[in-house]
Amino acid sequence: MLNIVVCVKAVPDPKEACNIKIDPDTKTLLRCDVPLVLNPLDKHAMEAALQLKAQFEARISVLSMGPPEAGNIVKECLALGADQGYLLSDPAFGGADAYATAFTLAKGIRKIGSFDVIFCGMASSDGSTEWVGPEIATFLGLPVVTLVKKIVECKGASWIVKASVENGYRLAQVKLPAVFTVTRELNTPRTLSFSGIIKARKKDIDHWSLDELGVSSESVGLKGSPTIVSELNAQEENKRQVEILTGTREEKTDMLVQKLVEAGVI
Amino acid sequence: MIDFTFTEEQEMFRKAAREFAETQVASYVDEMEKTGEVSDAVVKALGEAEMMAITIPEEYGGLGLGYTERLIAVEEISRVSVATGMMLQVFALGIEPIVKFGSEELKKKYLPGLARGERLSTTAVTEATGGSDPTGIRSSYKKEGDDFILNGRKCFITNSHIADTITVLAKDEENPKAFCAFVLDKDMDGWKATHKEHKVGMRGCNTGELAFENCRIPATQMLGEEGKGLRVTMAAIGDVGRGGMVGVALGLQTACLEESIKFANERILYGKPIAALQTIQNKLADLKIDLEAGQLLGYRAAAIQDKGQRSSNEFAVAKYYTTEACQRAAKMAVDIHGGYGCMEEYAVSRFLRDSYVVGPSAGTSDIMKVIIGRWVLS
Repeated sequence: MLNIVVCVKAVPDPKEACNIKIDPDTKTLLRCDVPLVLNPLDKHAMEAALQLKAQFEARISVLSMGPPEAGNIVKECLALGADQGYLLSDPAFGGADAYATAFTLAKGIRKIGSFDVIFCGMASSDGSTEWVGPEIATFLGLPVVTLVKKIVECKGASWIVKASVENGYRLAQVKLPAVFTVTRELNTPRTLSFSGIIKARKKDIDHWSLDELGVSSESVGLKGSPTIVSELNAQEENKRQVEILTGTREEKTDMLVQKLVEAGVI
Repeated sequence: MIDFTFTEEQEMFRKAAREFAETQVASYVDEMEKTGEVSDAVVKALGEAEMMAITIPEEYGGLGLGYTERLIAVEEISRVSVATGMMLQVFALGIEPIVKFGSEELKKKYLPGLARGERLSTTAVTEATGGSDPTGIRSSYKKEGDDFILNGRKCFITNSHIADTITVLAKDEENPKAFCAFVLDKDMDGWKATHKEHKVGMRGCNTGELAFENCRIPATQMLGEEGKGLRVTMAAIGDVGRGGMVGVALGLQTACLEESIKFANERILYGKPIAALQTIQNKLADLKIDLEAGQLLGYRAAAIQDKGQRSSNEFAVAKYYTTEACQRAAKMAVDIHGGYGCMEEYAVSRFLRDSYVVGPSAGTSDIMKVIIGRWVLS
């Protein structure tokens, strides 16, 4: 039995990015007005797990840390085909940076117990640090391969994966258990199905708080975060400037080409 | 206190239906518009996504879900493609009489294949002489031993040329007050799809005529009791047909609002997006008000239906309101787009054409008012 843990994150819906506000004091995102969705790259992590489950006898556990509303995205993963959900939720976990998040998730993975493969999305669409996966591996003392774009061989205790690097790729052979962070090139995530949603009725989500994880409040959340965000500002909305080119068709074409060159587009 | 919220599971069904529509249907809309033909790929995808299985009981291979979930699915698919939403809503219209009135044998014979999308269904009631008034139909049957012999023609039948499992209503040749509903399938001789309609909108949803010529139907194919077939088809049309059209109209209303917001934020006039103009905001507000009102009417009727209560009157109100509203919405969306709204590159021109086909489907607004009038006077 291959035990797979997929770490997922509830992120503000990227389609509603313009409505995300920033807390001026804590420099964290205020998500109250924006619906939470499954981090897009985590869908690829889920799909990787589901494809393995189709090939091998496997059990998929989905793990997330977040507010109670994040339970919806865990439920969504159960509807996609995961077997068991875990939500680490406690006010003390709030405001965690990548380090404290990885620490908490690693504790959760330890508490789950059995794990051969841990999949994470390469990054979250809100934080985009790309650190959580590698830091989970560090806390668990496991090897990690980041930016996996293809699983080349996955039989036995040693896998070969193809991972992106600048201007190319690397083939990595890694001994399980291991952590993999995945890119969107890895697969095409399946969509939710009605029957999957119905099957998820019978699947459980375990909710674990600070006490149940058995960790100190000093080591999680904002208190356990060594990264201090000194400044975080919303990007000024691009004020679109419209310029209407006039002249003959040829003149307008020349002007347009000139402007595109000046803008560095061509 | 009334709770107007959907359950978490229903929200997930909506998400699933939306993802399905955006990933499996949207890319075929242009092709359907261009050819006017049903997309085999879309029909296949609908089957694979279990969209035809929603209200079929689990023991017959369905999902055993309710009418609220069905309305969610039809609404979300129609938001992307009204033609596909219409096709799907009529599949259910063909399935419902078998679920509600079919013998155990008929249910086992047809429902699993219909749930998987291997069989495609429709209901054939309308004729040149009767649709909203089904007593005016002329298709007739006569009994011959244990069989019935059916003759006649049906028109404006959605899915006419793709359906292989149809519920058909006919009148007793000798008793104009007796009607029977039968299930016909493609293996039976004596019926065929004939003329294909070219509609102004809903291109990609097939509509046409069916002809029956000495079609021999075993008595085992009858739905409900002999002579009481009107009840069978009217129950399907009243609750499922009208309910489906509400979903189609709501999806179209949503599409009109979304496209209008998008365009109003992009189109610059007087140095600002036209969304900053009060006159455009007024139109957007009207679109939103109609959508909210339509959703309340439609989902309330579906909730009544899910309780097992009669909902045809409530659906008549919702059908009237939403199909009228989707026509208003489509016109407003075209108006907001100005000259661009007249160009086929912009979806709103399709919305306008589609909206005028949504109106009379499953009963015109005038007929809905006749039904509502009878209701309030009863």
